[in-house]
Amino acid sequence: MNIVVCIKQVPDTTEIKIDPVKNTLIRTGVPSIMNPFDKNALETGLSLKDRYGGKVTVISMGPPQAKAVLREALSMGADEAYLVTDRAFGGSDTYATSYILSQAIKKLGDFDVILGGKQAIDGDTGQTAPSIAEHLGAARLTYILDLEADGDKVIARRQVEEGIEVIEARFPILCTATKESNKPRYATIKRKIASLKAEIPEITLADLPDADVSKMGLKGSPTKVKATFTPKRTACGVTIEGNTPGEIANALIGKLADGKIL
Amino acid sequence: MSLLYTEEQKELLALVREMAENEIKPYVKEADEKGECPRELFKWGFDMGLHMLEIPEEYGGTGLSYETTAMIFEELAKVDAGYAITFVTTFVALRNVILAGTKEQGQYFADKIRPGSFAGFALTEPNAGSDPAAMRSTAVLDGDEYILNGTKTFITNGALSDVFVGFFKTTPAAGHKGISAFIIDADAPGVTVGAHENKMGLRLSNTTDLIFENVRVKASAMVGPEGSGFKLALNALNLSRAFVATLAVGIMQRALDESVKYAKERKQFGTPIIKFQMVQALLADMAIKVEASRCLVNNTMRMMDQGIMVQKEGSICKTFVSDCAQEVTSNAVQIFGGYGYSKEYPVEKLMRDCKVFQIFEGANQIQRMTIANVLDKEYR
Repeated sequence: MNIVVCIKQVPDTTEIKIDPVKNTLIRTGVPSIMNPFDKNALETGLSLKDRYGGKVTVISMGPPQAKAVLREALSMGADEAYLVTDRAFGGSDTYATSYILSQAIKKLGDFDVILGGKQAIDGDTGQTAPSIAEHLGAARLTYILDLEADGDKVIARRQVEEGIEVIEARFPILCTATKESNKPRYATIKRKIASLKAEIPEITLADLPDADVSKMGLKGSPTKVKATFTPKRTACGVTIEGNTPGEIANALIGKLADGKIL
Repeated sequence: MSLLYTEEQKELLALVREMAENEIKPYVKEADEKGECPRELFKWGFDMGLHMLEIPEEYGGTGLSYETTAMIFEELAKVDAGYAITFVTTFVALRNVILAGTKEQGQYFADKIRPGSFAGFALTEPNAGSDPAAMRSTAVLDGDEYILNGTKTFITNGALSDVFVGFFKTTPAAGHKGISAFIIDADAPGVTVGAHENKMGLRLSNTTDLIFENVRVKASAMVGPEGSGFKLALNALNLSRAFVATLAVGIMQRALDESVKYAKERKQFGTPIIKFQMVQALLADMAIKVEASRCLVNNTMRMMDQGIMVQKEGSICKTFVSDCAQEVTSNAVQIFGGYGYSKEYPVEKLMRDCKVFQIFEGANQIQRMTIANVLDKEYR
């Protein structure tokens, strides 16, 4: 089974602090990590390989420092890692990014499964991975919990709001993973050491001669950011006080009933 | 931190720290209370390869230096030294079979351990602790087999191990020189695991009696020449002393971490207690002992990496570090005050855990005898 996992380097949002004066994120000194949902996607890929054999290739688009997350993926058990990087790719939105990644995946050869996280914790759009499926004409299965291969078919359990959906699709497929999909494995010490020494090949614009440059970078991005701002708080909490827990609970139930919540 | 770590070492320490904090730490309190360590907890360490870090790659190990291995085990011991020593005992047993045995014996032992098994060292007996020559266990040649009989006690990993290095008298009258070492499978007929010791500390580490009743092993299971068992045991202890010292450094560092954090939070007379000079003196003395101990362990490990025997240096290292650990953990309890004496807080366990470091791998009184004996020879 040929498996490609798309991963993204993101700032560790648990470490982000807000500038109390300007009300903006302080980005300096914030450590970068592998997007947690992408780690779940990688675990899905690695466990597919454990079960069915094959190869797991990880791919990331970003500046050279994104090699750190590719190394981490290698240390967890990925076989190969590629960094998609070029000045021409800078400023890409989800459409352009998904186009560039789809072209890079095409260059890597045939695949059975492409995996990605359900969304990245920095942008939170959840668009890039599903768009790759569109560019490549692969079946798209989002929020999958697990996969079972059966010949050229695949049975997937999807997490949806109403419960769990069991669906069937044909290879090739693209799936997105969530936190509930699995618990990502740790690196082994041996693989960790090897990953720190691994050469990570780059895929640049020159490696994609058939790709359409007008769909890349800032110019190829239909999304325009008009403004970013911190939304005003419009509602605030109410503290319910009382002498006994029972009294407080009664007051709370009363308020919930008044608000037609109960 | 007193050492200069390479980028690779920093990455490895971060990885082990993340695993230990997330997967082991949440279960330590309960395991300490019950005096047992669930086998599932060790899966994380086996998956990572912690049982064969310093074993050469030709035997399926990671081939790390002793120096880097020690750093990793200090990190593990910060979370629980009993968990850590379960792996240390395993790789020390394997390493000694590799060093003293044949290539085949090393491979056999390594093949047992590699998939995720523990090993143990069966040396101590009820009446033969500091004086191994007093051991009563016997190995009697019968054709091409030895028949082993005897009772061993305080055996680390006794109930967990799949394979042991056991020590038996092949010539009962010969004292030290009558002791030989054997590789014994734990499932060999006649091997029985006795009672589990209800210990003061290191309660996640498994410690049992081992009873050998007419256990038959092939003559080829003897490690090294007949009568070389005592020498093998001493070499094994040279190796393990610095490793138990690194665990004691981990315990001490944890005690310091907890104490500084608490001293900054705890207010008396309207002031965080870290601002009081007497508390400051306690904390500073703790930091001095931790740093000095870590440097000493590191230096001993680097000597071992050079193939130096460290008979004196290993004894100095283990004795100094384990003595420091008593003071550091006791002072951690002191800084926590009444709360330190309560099992609700983490420091009393550290004090219980570190006591045995003055006792095992040769009591510190024996270590001082060894050091003085070497000095006597050096100044001749």
